Parts: sequence; structure tokens; C-alpha cells
Amino acid sequence: MINGILFYTFAAVLVFAALGVISSRNPVHSVLFLVLSFAQSSALWLLLEAEFLAIVLVLVYVGAVMVLFLFVVMMLDVNAEQMREGFTRYLPLGLTVAFVLVVEIGYVIGFKIPGSPFSSVPEGHPADYSNIKELGAVLYTEHVYAFELAAVILLVAIVAAITLTMRKRPGLKKQKVSEQVSVRREDRVRLEKIESFKE
Amino acid sequence: MIITVSHYLILAAILFSIAVAGIFINRRNVILLLMCIELMLLSVNFNFIAFSRMLNDELGQIFVFFILTVAAAEAAIGLAILVVLFRTRQSINVEELGALKG
Repeated sequence: MINGILFYTFAAVLVFAALGVISSRNPVHSVLFLVLSFAQSSALWLLLEAEFLAIVLVLVYVGAVMVLFLFVVMMLDVNAEQMREGFTRYLPLGLTVAFVLVVEIGYVIGFKIPGSPFSSVPEGHPADYSNIKELGAVLYTEHVYAFELAAVILLVAIVAAITLTMRKRPGLKKQKVSEQVSVRREDRVRLEKIESFKE
Repeated sequence: MIITVSHYLILAAILFSIAVAGIFINRRNVILLLMCIELMLLSVNFNFIAFSRMLNDELGQIFVFFILTVAAAEAAIGLAILVVLFRTRQSINVEELGALKG
């Protein structure tokens, strides 16, 4: 009972937030709606007993990726009104595609059909079950190569993002180490012969 | 009110359809397209977690872990490309990005 109330509350807010993402006028509002939808999904994942991923969703997605989105949206001076052109023109097409998709997937899943395998109610884990322990036990043993590959992908992403956005500005003062190292005494020191004053 | 696996699958389907509709509606703004892709990935993750719960198998959650990693990398590189694009063109309108067209 309480499970059902929680599910429908979070699902309703999630769908509302997703609609807000695609329909709000201001891109900043879209990002904030996306943050709301991630928070709702995290709560729903807690209901599905995927505690570790729920926390990771909040920490990594809301904490890092969405803040990055927010920075970029605020940094770029986008003409929002010009971007809105064609909204009403493509609205019927978008709604049609969305409706067709929902009907098709719903047909496959077989919502509320008694014999469907998806209408099973998953049983809960015992109270001393630790989701993080279970995930860690397989993540670092069976899937360790995939884990290392993910680390390499993150490294590539760091290098790519930095090299893409770094630019050489004219007039920037910086060290030239090779010139500093290979400097000789004659380049820096000049001896002047000054005649001493005589009475 | 019994919540079955198909409730979660239907919710994920609705979320995915909203994201697809968003790609059709906001087809000029690259930032919104990226956000719609994030929504799609979220709905896919919902499916993985629901099936992992239904089959009592952690492999689905491992998959979601890697999807989150790749999605974070994709968002970082996509936004970097967007910043470079805005610096050179002063615009992120999709309609004006026809320079590679033959």
C-alpha cells in the first residue's frame, strides 16, 4: 500500500518534470526540471532496492553532470526566442511519435495481462542485505576488465574535454623553460668599465 | 495497489517517449537535444534496474553503473564541443550547422 502511494507520487512528479524539460521556454528551467527528474528517479530506484545506484545518480548526475550543464547553459548567450521557432510546427509530429511509442512498448510489455511474466511482484530482500556489498563482490572480480575500461573511457573524456576547450590567447605571458635553462652568463650579465673619478 | 515490474517498465516507456517527443520539438537547440538524450538514458536505466529486480540478478545494476559512466563522459565531451562551436559560430542553432554538407 505505502509502496504504491510512493511509486505513484514519484512517478507523477517524474513525468511532470520530464514534460517540463522538453516544454519550458528558458533552457535554465529545463536543466532544473532535469535535476528534479533525476531526484525522483533516484527515489524510485530506492524503491527498487538499488540503493548504491540511487546514491550514485544523485552524487554523479545531479552533483556533477547537471552542474556542468547549468554552467554551459549560463555561459552561452543563447537567443531563446529564436530557438523556440518551430515548436508548434513540430508539436503534432512529436506527440504522434511519442504516442505510437507508448502504445507499442505497452503492447509488448502487456500491461495488466494476468499471464504476463512482467506482472510478477518481486519479493523484497532480507533486512541484512547489502546492495553495495553484492555489487562490489562482482564488480571487482567478474567484471574487472569492464571496470578498467570504464576508467580509461573517463580518462579519454577528461583529455578530450580539456584539449577541446583550451585555447591559445595572444599576449599571454608564460614561461619558456628551454630558454631559461639554456641561458648563459653573457646573455644576462654585462660588465661596464667605468673610469674612477680623479681629483 | 500492488506495484509490479510492468509498472516500472511502463513508466520507463513513457519517459522514453517524452524524450523522443522532446527531440522532435526542440530540434534547433543542441543543449536541449543533449538533455533529451540524458532522459532517454535514464529511462533505459529504469528498464535495467527493473529487470535486475525481477530476475534477482545484479548484472543489470552493473550495466547501469557502466551506462552512467559512459553517459557522464559523453555529456562532458558533448558540452565541450558545444562550447567550441559557440566560440566559432556565435550560435548553437542546428539549422545553421550545415558547413559539412557537400
